[in-house]
Formats: sequence, C-alpha cells, structure tokens
Amino acid sequence: MKNSAMREIPDYLLEKGEFSLYNPLITEGLKKKESLSSAERQKQSRKIISSLEKAVTLSGLRDGMTISFHHHFRDGDYVVNYVIDRLAEMGFKHLRLAASSLTNIHAPLIRHIQNHVIDSIETSGLRGELAEAISKGLMDIPVTFRSHGGRAYAVSSDQLHIDVAFLGAPSCDPFGNANGYSRDTEDTSACGSMGYARVDANYADKVIILTDHIVPYPNIPFGISQYQVDYIVEIPEIGDKNKIMSGATRYTNNPRDLLIAQKAVDVIAASGYFYDGFSLQTGSGGAALATTRFLREKMLARNIKANFALGGITGQIVKLHEEGLIKKLLDVQSFDLDAAESLKNNRFHQQIDANYYADPFSEGSVVNELDVVVLSALEVDTEFNVNVLTGSDGIIRGAIGGHQDTAAGAAFSIVVAPLTRGRNSSILDHVTTLTTPGDTVDVVVTDQGIAVNPLRPEIKERMKKAHIPLSTIEELKEKADKIVGIAEPLPFDDQVVGIVTYRDGSILDVIRKIRSDQ
Amino acid sequence: MKRLRRTMLFVPGNSPGMIRDAHIYGSDSIMFDLEDSVALGEKDAARHLVYQALKFIDYGNIEKVVRVNPLNTAYGKDDIEAMVCAGVDVIRLPKTETPQDILDTENAITEIEKKTGIEIGSTKMMAAIESALGVVNAYPIAISSKRLVGIALGAEDYTASLKTTRSLDGTELFFARSQIVVAARAAGIDAIDTVFSNLNDMETFEKEIRLIKQLGFDGKSVINPRQIDVVHKIFNPTEKEIEKALRILEAMREAETKGSGVVNLDGKMIDKPVLLRAERMIDMAIASGMYYPDDME
Repeated sequence: MKNSAMREIPDYLLEKGEFSLYNPLITEGLKKKESLSSAERQKQSRKIISSLEKAVTLSGLRDGMTISFHHHFRDGDYVVNYVIDRLAEMGFKHLRLAASSLTNIHAPLIRHIQNHVIDSIETSGLRGELAEAISKGLMDIPVTFRSHGGRAYAVSSDQLHIDVAFLGAPSCDPFGNANGYSRDTEDTSACGSMGYARVDANYADKVIILTDHIVPYPNIPFGISQYQVDYIVEIPEIGDKNKIMSGATRYTNNPRDLLIAQKAVDVIAASGYFYDGFSLQTGSGGAALATTRFLREKMLARNIKANFALGGITGQIVKLHEEGLIKKLLDVQSFDLDAAESLKNNRFHQQIDANYYADPFSEGSVVNELDVVVLSALEVDTEFNVNVLTGSDGIIRGAIGGHQDTAAGAAFSIVVAPLTRGRNSSILDHVTTLTTPGDTVDVVVTDQGIAVNPLRPEIKERMKKAHIPLSTIEELKEKADKIVGIAEPLPFDDQVVGIVTYRDGSILDVIRKIRSDQ
Repeated sequence: MKRLRRTMLFVPGNSPGMIRDAHIYGSDSIMFDLEDSVALGEKDAARHLVYQALKFIDYGNIEKVVRVNPLNTAYGKDDIEAMVCAGVDVIRLPKTETPQDILDTENAITEIEKKTGIEIGSTKMMAAIESALGVVNAYPIAISSKRLVGIALGAEDYTASLKTTRSLDGTELFFARSQIVVAARAAGIDAIDTVFSNLNDMETFEKEIRLIKQLGFDGKSVINPRQIDVVHKIFNPTEKEIEKALRILEAMREAETKGSGVVNLDGKMIDKPVLLRAERMIDMAIASGMYYPDDME
C-alpha cells in the first residue's frame, strides 16, 4: 500500500496492527505548525485563557469532582480562596478539595462548606478558624489527613484522583513552564520550591496554572513543565508577597527552645549517625529549626561535613551549604526567602517533588536515604507515639507534614518537645491523636530529660557512653505530671471529624468532634 | 567535692514560669530575687511564690539562693523567715556595707532555725557588696560569719556610689573586683562577679568573663539562660589542660609509690602549687562533666 507520501509499504507490515500508514492529515499533531515566529506564538499561546471561569469550563470540571491546590504560599496564599469563590459563583457544588495543606488564611472556606460548594477535604493539616470549625463538627464528611509522602503516593496511585489542579505559580511562561521564582525577573514573589504542586501537575487530569507573572519562554529552570499544563490564567495577585516570602524562618531566642536544640545536637553527636558524609533534615518548630545552629558548631569542632540536607529547607541550612558544611540541598519546600533565593542561585540546591521526597512506595524516595531527622511534637506518649495535629484542647491546629515519612525513613529520628506547655504536659499515657507511630521514633528530647525508645538499645548504649543523662519515657511523664498535674479527659462526641491516615493510606486514628460548649 | 559557682542565674521572684523552669538550664546556682526585680506591691506575693517553689519543685543539685530584702525594710524579716522555713540553701543579702549587716541577718536566720528546729548554721549566706563602703570593708565582711560561702560584686549601685558610669572594659570596677577576690580568698570563700546585662553583645560578655576568670573569680551572676553556657565554656578547663593535669597527678602517684619526695614530669620538677592547681583542675573537670574518672578507655 502507498502512504500519503506516496511510498510503497508492504502489506504484511500492517497486518498485525503494530504499524499504521503515515498520514499527517488524520494523525493529530503531525501537521506542520503555523509559520508564526516564536515571539508571535508566545503572544498568541492558546494555553493562556482570559478568565478563570473560561479555563474552568474548558477543564470540564463538574459537580462532585476533586480539585487540588498546593500550600507553598503558606499564610500568604490567595489562590485557594480566589478559585473557590469563583467556583461558588459559577454554581459548582459537592466538590472535594484536595490541598497539600491549608492554613489560617483559608477561613473563608467555612462559608463554602456550609453552602455545599465543598463537601470534603483532603489535606496535611488545618489551622485557625477553619480548623476550629471543623473540629466542632462543621463537615458531614470527615477530613482526610495525609502526610506529604502519603499524599504523593495516594495521588500517584490514584487512591486520590485529582480532576483539576489549580496551581498558583510566581512565574510561568506562555506555554506553562512554571516555577516558584524566576531567573528572568526580580519582580515575582518567590516561594522557592514547588515540590508539592509538581505531584498534582504530574497526575491531575487537567492542570490550570494561576500566575501574576507571565515571563518569556522558556522559563527555566522550571518546577512544573509545559507538557503537564493545560491552561494558564493571569490573576492580579497570587498572594501576599510579604507572607509568601516570610523573611527568615522563626529564629528563636527562647532559651528553652535553645536548650532543647542543644540537647538534640548532643544526642545526634553521640548517636553514631554523625559522621563525615551524613545527611539530615530538621522539621518546623523553633527548637527543631534551632538545632541547625548548634549542629554547625559541632560539625566544625569535629571536622564533619554533611552530604546533603533534605526538607523543608531554611535559611540556616542554606548558610551551612554556602559555608561548605552541607554539600547538597534537596528541597521539596523552601521555608523562607533565603531558601528560595538559594534555590534560584545555588547549583547544588535541587528542587524535588513530594514523590521523590517521601512516597513510601516509589522506586526511590529521599527520606529512605536520610540519616538524622529532628522533628517537633505537640504530644508524645509513653509508647513514643506522636501527635502533631490536635492541641490539648482537642482542636485541630497542626499538620502531619513529612513527620511520618521522615520518622519512618530516617535511620535516626529525634522528636523534640518542651516537657510542659503552660499547664499541659507534653508526655502522656496516650496522645490525643496518633499521627506518627512510636516504633518509628527513636529518641524524645525535652528540656528536662531525654528518653531513648527501648526498641533501640544500641542507641541507649551510645548515649550512655557519651555520658548523656537518660530517663525513661515514663520518668519524663512522671516529672511533668508532678509539675502540672494530669489533665481531665477531653469532652469528645462520637462524630468523627477527621481521619488520620498513615503513609500507605491506611487509617491510623480518627479525630472526634469536640463538644462546642467547651 | 567543692561546689562550683560558675554561674548564678537571676530569676525574678514574681515570675512563675521562670521560677518553674529555672533549673533546666544547668546553672550552678539559682538566685530567686525578692529585692530589686519585685515591685513594692508584689513583695508578699513573690515571697509566697518562691516559698512554694522551694517547697514543691525539685531543683536537683542546683544551689538555691534567695536574694532577700534588707532587714531595714518592711520585708526583710518576713523574707528571711519564709525562705529559711522553705529550706533555702543560701540567703543572699543585698547592699552589704559592714560586718554588722551580716551579723544582723545571721541573728535573724539563727532565730528562725532555732524556732523551727532546723539545724543551726545549715542556712548559708552570701553577701552582695554594692557600694564604696562595702568594697572598703570587703575583708571584714568576708570573715564576719561562718555561714558566708561567698561575696559578690553588684556593679550598678557600686559605680553610682563611685560617681562614675559602667564602661565596656570595666576600668571603674577594677579595684572593687580585685579587692573582693582578695578578700574572698583570704577568708576562704567564693568570689562572684556582677551581671552583664546586654544580651546581644556576646563579644564583650565573653571578654568580661575572661577578665574575671583571670582576676580569680569563681563565677558570675547571669540574667538570662543564654549566658550560662558561655560562662561555663570559659571557666571549664580545656581538654588539653585536663590532659596535662592528669599527667601531673599520674607523676605524683608514681613518685608516691616510689617513696620519692620529688615529683618529676618530662624531666622537670613539679612544684607544690602546680600540683594543687592540677588537682583543682581535675575537680573542676569532673564537676563540669568534662572528665569521667570511671571511664575505662
């Protein structure tokens, strides 16, 4: 047979259906492109849609579908509220909101939940008024909480199918190369890494980028690549620049946090995982972040350099990198402006997505290569279980983040917490909500004592050898109880308001409704 | 073993949060203040708070000191009574100018010890010297009572009484510091230096610690937990010093077993003061957690 280029092709090659005949007129995408110049094509990019409403219509969004967002803009985020306001106006109902996390700024969602624009929520965490309302029974369907790694796995395995992803980006070119900063201009907000957004861009059916800076093509390096992006909508502001670029991450001068940090570093130094070429991650929270400062001194004193730091990258980690003390940075989320700047400028500061970071079932996730992680906690119990989600009042006020993932993946996990907070003990018989299983937590460091998980007898031996005073976790609890007493049980109802999942999507615990007369 | 007094952490007597956690930062002593940091309207509340804390909170091995109001105020006597009853280790008397100030306070303490059946003399004392007259009387003050474990310089009031101001290098304090160290040493008690209040100027703070260590002080009062480690680091012996001290002591043991009266190290004779210093160094190293004699390595 002849193909449309009039070449004779033997029939037998076509019999099995393995090949077809060349014909650009019927095969989509093969026809020669228009002869427009690159500059003209950029101007006329068909991806740039004049309004969000039009882009939504084009995306095929329908009632009951799942929409997703990232939380790289933290408390400065305008995108979630902006998009859901428009969707409400357009009359959408019963949507599932799958955000990588939600923060204080998302209180306006309460109205959309009451009006059934949003029926259910998937997130890593909740804070502020929204969290309080949900804790008190705002939603009929419980919120599903997933860790960053757990979410990445759920999305990539289609346990959590995203129909349309709405991804805010500080910069995007006319064909969809988007990033958390831009090397073309200093004008953009800079959130640094787009690690969580990249998962959604990879797996969502439709991807809409919302940006306030359309930059010339090609916007490199890109966090999200053009072939994943369907539509681009320019909006006046993606967020509050000052809050997106929160200067430096909390640099604590609280002596108690510093004391805990110092102790944590002593523990790291004695753990057997502090060697030339080790790797580390510090979680959020004053004491966990402050460990970097003391670690620096220890590294200099012992002439030890780290191979890489993972995170959650902060300005303090960047400083160590620029000083040559940490060779490479793997960045799923830039915690502050210094980290964002470093991602833009430093060659060995690499942006990674959440699957790469912490997916428990991918062919490789960095948490599994991690030596040491320092994590915060709201509560720890005598089984070393950790709660990072609910406060001592039973109200949701936190996020799982990468807590489960790094605790499980790292060779050595440290949880830091003050022994008491106000009138409450941080060490309990049972955590209010179980978010990280105790068998993945190796050491608990408080301002008033250090306890090694009995599952790690070798660690205990190393601590003893280094003359680090140890307590049992029960002794720490007793000490705290003696100071603040034992709290009354919380007045929970039966209604489940939150489901806490583990990394694989299994249910670890539930959060019950707190009685609102409290 | 001799008690270390490298750091004495000032804790306002009216701050429950700070009182509760005062022991976690590892200072050698804690000084709860009922005097200058407590407003007149809160004197009795602070006294009650510190009393309860001393009774209730386990401060471990840390020395518990309370700075009481002077006896010539309306609060001094009640302060002393409450603190002695609560089992305080040391009563610190502010603005001490004469031995009589110490004796009056001592009498008040003794009276309460007698009344309550606490062992007479078990409550120790410390005197803060904060005026020109006090500095002149440093030695008579230092030997005025068996209860005294140390004398301390209070620089703010002292510089005011000298009609001068505080400088960064402490020129104006030079005489007082030397006088207080000499008086303390002559009396066989400790000498504690004044506070350094600019928390953000760690550089000058470190200079000052080196200075007072060199002058012979045992330690320094600190106003914030962040200052504690800085003082300890400078006061603690270095690993090299510990190593050398250990070698000197080893040489001494060898000489003893040989029955030789002369101690030699690397071909050099070791004098008695050097031996004493080495012993002090090792005591200090053990007390500060720098050296563990039981380690078999």
